Amino acid sequence: MDRRDTLRWMLAAAAAPAWRTAGAAVAAPRAGKGIGTDPDLRAAYERGTLWPLTFTAAQSRCAAALCGVIIPADERSPGADELGVHEFIDEWISAPYPDQRKDRDVVLEGLAWIDAEAGRRFGHAFAELAPEQQQAICDDICWVEQAGHRFVKPAKFFALFRDLTAGGFYTTPEGTKDLRFAGNVASENFDGPPAAVLKIVGVS
Amino acid sequence: MGFVTPRTLAGDYDVIVVGSGAAGGQTAYTLALEGVRVLMLEAGRRYDVAESPMFRTYGEAPLRGSGTPDKPFGFYDATIDGGWTVPGEPYHSASSSPDEQFMWWRARMLGGRTNHWGRIALRNGPYDFKPRTRDGLGFDWPIGYDELAPWYDKVEMLIGVYGSNEGLENTPDSPEGCLLPAPAARVGERLIRQRAATLGVPVVPIHRAVLTRKLDHQRIPALLHPGNERAQRLVAADMQARSACFWATPCGRGCSIRATYQSPAVHLPPALASGNLDIVCDAMAYEVTLDARGKASGVRFVDKTTGRHEAVTARAVVLAASACESVRILLNSKSAAFPDGLANSSGKVGRYIMDTVGSDLEGQIPLLEDLPPHNEDGAGGSHLYAPWWLYGRQGRDWEKGGLGFARGYHIELGTGRRMPGADTGAQLEWLTRGSYGRRFKEDVRRYYGSFVSFSGRGEMIPNEHSYCEIDPHAKDKWGIPVLRFHWRWSAHETRQAAHMQKTFADIVDAMGGKVVGRPEPDGAKAIAPGGSIIHEVGGALMGADPKRSVTNAWCQTWDVSNLFVTDGAPFPSNADKNPTLTIMALAWRAADHIAQRLRRKEI
Repeated sequence: MDRRDTLRWMLAAAAAPAWRTAGAAVAAPRAGKGIGTDPDLRAAYERGTLWPLTFTAAQSRCAAALCGVIIPADERSPGADELGVHEFIDEWISAPYPDQRKDRDVVLEGLAWIDAEAGRRFGHAFAELAPEQQQAICDDICWVEQAGHRFVKPAKFFALFRDLTAGGFYTTPEGTKDLRFAGNVASENFDGPPAAVLKIVGVS
Repeated sequence: MGFVTPRTLAGDYDVIVVGSGAAGGQTAYTLALEGVRVLMLEAGRRYDVAESPMFRTYGEAPLRGSGTPDKPFGFYDATIDGGWTVPGEPYHSASSSPDEQFMWWRARMLGGRTNHWGRIALRNGPYDFKPRTRDGLGFDWPIGYDELAPWYDKVEMLIGVYGSNEGLENTPDSPEGCLLPAPAARVGERLIRQRAATLGVPVVPIHRAVLTRKLDHQRIPALLHPGNERAQRLVAADMQARSACFWATPCGRGCSIRATYQSPAVHLPPALASGNLDIVCDAMAYEVTLDARGKASGVRFVDKTTGRHEAVTARAVVLAASACESVRILLNSKSAAFPDGLANSSGKVGRYIMDTVGSDLEGQIPLLEDLPPHNEDGAGGSHLYAPWWLYGRQGRDWEKGGLGFARGYHIELGTGRRMPGADTGAQLEWLTRGSYGRRFKEDVRRYYGSFVSFSGRGEMIPNEHSYCEIDPHAKDKWGIPVLRFHWRWSAHETRQAAHMQKTFADIVDAMGGKVVGRPEPDGAKAIAPGGSIIHEVGGALMGADPKRSVTNAWCQTWDVSNLFVTDGAPFPSNADKNPTLTIMALAWRAADHIAQRLRRKEI
């Protein structure tokens, strides 16, 4: 990290308040037509066709990095960032519905905060930090109940972002496979749980 | 005959049926197979179960399939052009108080709400037809269980219902040969059964309208239509075309293999095949017309495809548009003879709207963590449930029973490793202490499938404060005056909801689990909003006294002898048993009666 970068981040961090008041700095989404009451249930939907997306390149990088920190690759499945879960989060916060509008404010402000915090602490955007640096920030905001006063709002953002990352990840084929979900296949019979399962739980 | 438009209608219908769901479907089925020429009017578009998005995963849907105001039960829910609101077709609440709201779910599509319903198909018991006799509250039905039982048998055999006979109080057994085998219980359901038993709560197979095996097309048709060989042949052919459940995909998306009951999959095909049924879709009925003798002469409707107002005539009219929509049509059918709405000389049209008492609780069960993966899709919904078990503390001396409420509830169960959705892995912080990264992935694997949910579904007693009327100031986009709802729970319902919460928490405790959140001790907060369980009944109650009821025991209005209401509107009470099976049994019985009277030229 060179000195100029550090200085820039420090200035940015000084200018950025601990947390903006809700909605103040967040642009409203551009209107989209929404899903409608009679959509084609069997069509493939390209993100961005039902409503325009929101993330700038920088927001997208930050969101992808955070997805990867929350659900990294391991021996069983890829990371959420590799599967484009941040793109789903962009789709989510851009949707023209009340619940998503609420989440939009939290997510955009949270991404701005986490980049500013990364700059404050380490002089770089969150996406450019080393894993232990990213972890140092996330450790402070990963549990609302235990978050210090300064981190309560960022922790609420993190909780929401983790929920969205999980929902986005486990609905991909790779995420569904990670959970060893065995259903959604047609079969001739339904025999109920295997004997081994009944034995573990102690039921007949 | 078949799907027609206002331009291609025939002119000689015997009966107009308004609505195409459980009531309209059953009424049209029975009449058409008995040789009666029927015109069905449906306010929504034509729908075929082949449209069902059966194996789609949530990852393929916008917002991972989450509910939105235009698709409130999720993207893949079968409901089309419906939900808590319908664009351009408002309804209003008379009160701004949050606990006096009524939520009205409509589905403007062929088959209506039968396309996404829970498929739970329970019979009312003997007490449920004579509640006032039993405890002095509400109203008795003018018929008893034994009078309706033969039609319950027929409906179960036609639509296909799985379940078992347990011989429990006020939870009727079906005669041999009516029910299909119950599916094997899931592991979570078995654990609930084991632990609930220690609290005296019986857990047994639920009854749902899903074919766990193919219907017996050689035996059943003759029992449904004795002496009517043509009907037997048509029904047998259609039964062969329905597949048994293939143990995958949520029923609420619709079932393209026709293994579950939906009106467009079960009632309408044989009725159409009879050649006696015409259907006009996109036909928004708003008025029943009268002739000079005070008999119903037909129906006025808006053709939604052209915006034109149309009129059709027939020898009789059946309203089956959903309880509140049928009430709306009656109240909007004003004439010199009926200035307050048709068939409303009693002043009771719109009165005593009921829903089901609902309250839910979830638990997280360590015993169900990290189980060996196995397929738990089963028949879609619950395989087991707990019927009401405390009848002994109610009845005439309910106040001494110590419960504080006079009617019961049953418990529906949700368990298992279901297809991952937008909420999978969410809201785990209280268990994971905020984990993220590799540990979070391990935590999600651990907790996936370890949750159980309990949904209490209880009886509401009809009251004077829960009713609907025409809003004097508002019309829908077709120019039709809309409904305004008045709603109030009594302590019977709110105390019952509080009892549900405590019971569910006790069961979670007995399972060695932890309640998600906390049980709500205040019944007024624990109870789901009026209408939100989508068991709307009442509004045109049947009774023995024309001065205090709208229809007689045959769903025939007292005031207009060729006008019938066969949906949930005539229910004088709303037992905890989900109303759909009873709607169908009543509709079949009423339609048999109509067919007989038409044959005798009495209509």
